[in-house]
Amino acid sequence: MIKEREELIETLVCKSNELRRQILITLHKAGSGHPGGSLSVIDILTVLYYHILHIDPKKPEWEDRDRFILSKGHACPALYAVLADKGFFCKDELNYLRKASSLLQGSTDAKIAGVECQGGSLGQGLSAGVGMALGARYLNKDFRVYVVIGDGESQEGQNWEAAMSAGHFKLGNLTAILDYNKLQGDASVKETMNLEPIVDKWKAFGWNVIEIDGHDFNQILEAFETAKKCTEKPTMIIAHTIKGKGVSFMENVVSWHGSKVPNTEELKKALSELNAERKERRN
Amino acid sequence: MAAILRTAYGEILAELGKENKKFVVFVADTGSGTGAGAFIKKFPERSFNFGIAEQNMFSAAAGFSTVGIMPFVNTYGVFATCRVADQVRNSICYPKFNVKIVASHVGIDAGSDGASHQSVEDLAIMRAIPNIIVLVPADVVELESMLRFLLKYKGPAYMRTSRTEAIPVNKQSYKYQLGKVPVLENGSDVTIIATGVMVFRAIKAGKILEKEGISAEIINCSTLKPLDGETIVNSARKTGCVVTVEDHNIINGMGSAVSELLAKKCPTVTEFIGIKDHFGESGDIDELYIKYGMSEKHIVEAAKRVIQKKENTHEQA
Repeated sequence: MIKEREELIETLVCKSNELRRQILITLHKAGSGHPGGSLSVIDILTVLYYHILHIDPKKPEWEDRDRFILSKGHACPALYAVLADKGFFCKDELNYLRKASSLLQGSTDAKIAGVECQGGSLGQGLSAGVGMALGARYLNKDFRVYVVIGDGESQEGQNWEAAMSAGHFKLGNLTAILDYNKLQGDASVKETMNLEPIVDKWKAFGWNVIEIDGHDFNQILEAFETAKKCTEKPTMIIAHTIKGKGVSFMENVVSWHGSKVPNTEELKKALSELNAERKERRN
Repeated sequence: MAAILRTAYGEILAELGKENKKFVVFVADTGSGTGAGAFIKKFPERSFNFGIAEQNMFSAAAGFSTVGIMPFVNTYGVFATCRVADQVRNSICYPKFNVKIVASHVGIDAGSDGASHQSVEDLAIMRAIPNIIVLVPADVVELESMLRFLLKYKGPAYMRTSRTEAIPVNKQSYKYQLGKVPVLENGSDVTIIATGVMVFRAIKAGKILEKEGISAEIINCSTLKPLDGETIVNSARKTGCVVTVEDHNIINGMGSAVSELLAKKCPTVTEFIGIKDHFGESGDIDELYIKYGMSEKHIVEAAKRVIQKKENTHEQA
């Protein structure tokens, strides 16, 4: 790998470590929320926000910006950590997630600078992305639209209506990413309502499908680069991820989906793990 | 001239499309059914057919609106509300996106297609969702004026059209104003508040009442939300009794909106003409209106009944 790429990846890895710590602190203070899915998606968000997306935090309404939608809106602590770090809003807001009269709501909220549409009700984000991508084409604009959907979320039928329409309209300016962490609220996705064969499904709907390890930064980067080159079809990046990624006791544990957040002791332990990882990389 | 509002809608939209380039049309295989086909024919590049997949269409409209072009989303009343209540609520209304929803096939007026297509609850659903305005034109003059208003209005809106002919009730010079309901006939004995295709029927009922020496004030309630409190309260104060007339379930429709208002500002004896909490069925509209107690004759009877109630109340007092 060329040196420049290695340096980029190193920067992204460090950033995602920092964002993971912020997510956990934010959730601890909030007292409720969704740690598992926030940690599984954060590497993808890091690549998007720190390398791929054409955005300007000072001009959140800039009409030529790339659009990003976190359709699995309950993973908003991850997006909020990114947006605050990028300067879309004051970092202090993170201390008041889910509190009355605060900016940061329990699901992605279109009132927040940098959040493009409303999340919370699963299955609607990809359709909104289809609308934005069609709008870009209608106005002859070059911006691209990115949508992250969840695996449990993929059980909502509306996703497949959106998949059908994006294939039909040949939306090459639309890239979707499946955060495939294999767990949902009650149990595993496989036990709850199996999605497999997921690659075949998206291909059958006329999508360019790329399968990656969603925590391998080089693979994530390459997937977005390939997606940009595919102009005749929408691209679906199936990102195999680990729910709770980065914190040993949260990884692959269903209960960290949304029924609890780290208490003081758990937070301490999680932060010390992430700090150790950071130090290890630095050395 | 009497006109079918869904047909007029497409023709007017096609005309307005010439001067205003900032809107597009979305349909779910409903171009011909909703009347939007006239626009689609003229502006195919500004029209998007999403197939029979309404949930996707409504959320996509929300997304499309964010690029600064306003979608008019067209389907039948049941599918524009019941089927997509959550998409309307979450994708469109909460973030106040600039999407206009236009529904044909509303109420019993949907006619021979039967209960599956007769929305008896569309107004109830839409008026309970925050941030959306709810409009029901009574004739072509009002429809055109409303559409001109909607092109300027920024935010979510729901509008009903009709599948059957609406006889004109407004003057040619009439200009629609949001939250202002026009008084079509002045009267002193009873206030009849009607909406949509029931307005001309209310006027006919008013003429029958006039022959019997009863003076009815007729209000065209073409904006359900925001409701024009001033006009309605003033009329109720003057006449002391109200009949509401709508092609919709009497639960949480226009009559309910009026009663919520009057209960607070001016409690008034009221009779409700509408669908009495049941589904519709296939059939000729006028036959069904008679069967369901929604014909002109029933409006007349309700007016007499409510006047009697008012007088009884006065005697007791």
